[in-house]
Amino acid sequence: MKIKQLSIFLQNKMGSLSKPLEILSDADINIRAMCMADTSEFGILRLVVDDPEKGKEVLEENNFLVKITEIIGVEMNDTPGGLTAVLKSIKDNNIDLEYLYAFTHDKVGKAILLLHADDIDELISSLKNDNFTIVSAEEVYNL
Amino acid sequence: MFWNEEIETMPRQDLEELQLKKLQKTVKRAFDKIPYYNKKYTEAEVFPEDIETLKDIEKLPFITKDDLRESYPFGLFAVDIKEIKELHSSSGTTGKPVVSGYTKKDIDTWAETTARGLTMMGIGEEDILQNTHGYGMFTGGFGVHYGSHKVGAAIIPISTGQTRRQIEIMNDFGTTGLIFTPSYGIHLGEVALEEGIDPKDLGIKAIGFGAEGWTEEIRQRVEELFGCKAYNIYGLTELMGPGVGVECEVQNGLHIAEDIYYPEIIDPKTGKVIGGDKPGELVLTNIEREGMPVIRFRTKDLTKLTYEKCECGRTHARMSRITGRSDDMIKVKGVAIFPSQIEKALLKAGDVEPHYLIIVTRPGTLDEIEVKVEASKDIFFDGVKEMMAVQTKIGKYIENETGIRVKVTLVEPKTLPRFEGKAKRVIDERNLH
Repeated sequence: MKIKQLSIFLQNKMGSLSKPLEILSDADINIRAMCMADTSEFGILRLVVDDPEKGKEVLEENNFLVKITEIIGVEMNDTPGGLTAVLKSIKDNNIDLEYLYAFTHDKVGKAILLLHADDIDELISSLKNDNFTIVSAEEVYNL
Repeated sequence: MFWNEEIETMPRQDLEELQLKKLQKTVKRAFDKIPYYNKKYTEAEVFPEDIETLKDIEKLPFITKDDLRESYPFGLFAVDIKEIKELHSSSGTTGKPVVSGYTKKDIDTWAETTARGLTMMGIGEEDILQNTHGYGMFTGGFGVHYGSHKVGAAIIPISTGQTRRQIEIMNDFGTTGLIFTPSYGIHLGEVALEEGIDPKDLGIKAIGFGAEGWTEEIRQRVEELFGCKAYNIYGLTELMGPGVGVECEVQNGLHIAEDIYYPEIIDPKTGKVIGGDKPGELVLTNIEREGMPVIRFRTKDLTKLTYEKCECGRTHARMSRITGRSDDMIKVKGVAIFPSQIEKALLKAGDVEPHYLIIVTRPGTLDEIEVKVEASKDIFFDGVKEMMAVQTKIGKYIENETGIRVKVTLVEPKTLPRFEGKAKRVIDERNLH
């Protein structure tokens, strides 16, 4: 159920994003979703890929600092207010989100929201209680 | 103008006789009273009676900062603590700091050396001296203070900082002499200009500066800003403090108070004394110290000596401006920093094998120091907040260790240069030498 996301430490300088992406591409690893958190000096690149273990391995071989972080995917309606409904449930359950990003895929009318919180199990159970569908990890890897 | 004309212009032969007498007395006292010297000299099979000429000093082993540190805190005192009237300390590096203890007579000797220096600069009874050196365990503030009392100037013990207040006081009190580190002095001058006050109009007669590296260009800049001469002052806590050497009006080298400090220049690699006026590492011996005699201290400062009589009439040796270090110490904002301190701070912050690089710059007039640290598994978290906290924590540890605020930048693993053998940890872009 939990998705293994790669978190990669990068310096904030010109061109620093291309090297890790090249390494993944050379290893035939496909990126499903990504987001970047950055400051003026460094950034954390977050990637969901089809083979996280292998992704970590090849990046580390090339001296990148990589961490596997568990996140979850929630299915939401790809309509105005779809995101708000999920966020309202999280807020009402008093859960402090660390970060989130979203993407659409070929499932018509639906989108996937990726979420990270300190207590990921609590996040899962509260969303389930409010009848949201948690997307399985395999489904995201193999989109 | 001389403070102690008889001593300062003494014919060299007489001076050397005086030095020999004082050296013999010092070595004997150290051997008799301080177990450290007794053990070290016995092991080296050299005894006080072996010092028959000044050159015989070369038979004695050196003392280093590490030796002083191992004797922390009072292991090198030659007198009972009840005779010690003041304690100072230089910042700690890899371990304990170095302590310097002074008897009443030592404080007077110290004041004598800075009094000679202030007189060389033309500071006397008529003057108001604003001392921006820090007052505290650092010897810079008090050394100048005591000398100022001796020459009879009115001293303003303002310490560093509060720049606008400094300027207000200079203006209102009619300060005629200034003591500062060169970079702080330039900053002071520039802030005054911003405030609409031309430092040249303040009536400053002389400036004494030291405690950090500088170039002739920096001196010129200071002299232009304030419209007066700026004189170099040299000293170190281990040997008392400022006043070991001071420039006279000729500004061609710093006169070492040779009746108090005996200087040698050695090859830092072989430890052999270099003759003539060739450059090398300065070694100093305190031949007039009661509380804590320091014999053949390796300063690690690179300079050269000349024994030629100066145009000013003084016969004491002159050392040139410090041109570098024989170790990796750097001076930032007047404070001595060793890469090992940064390393210690990084280890505390939780990195097992820290790779780091210290970059010192002077973008305007003030020093800035950036420490680049390779991020590692120990200090990598999947959150910007946590990573910012890591940077802040490292910065705090470094500040605790060195007393200096630095900018910490985390960089990717294996991106800092690797060195075979001794790592180069410091890039100094200030061009001070």
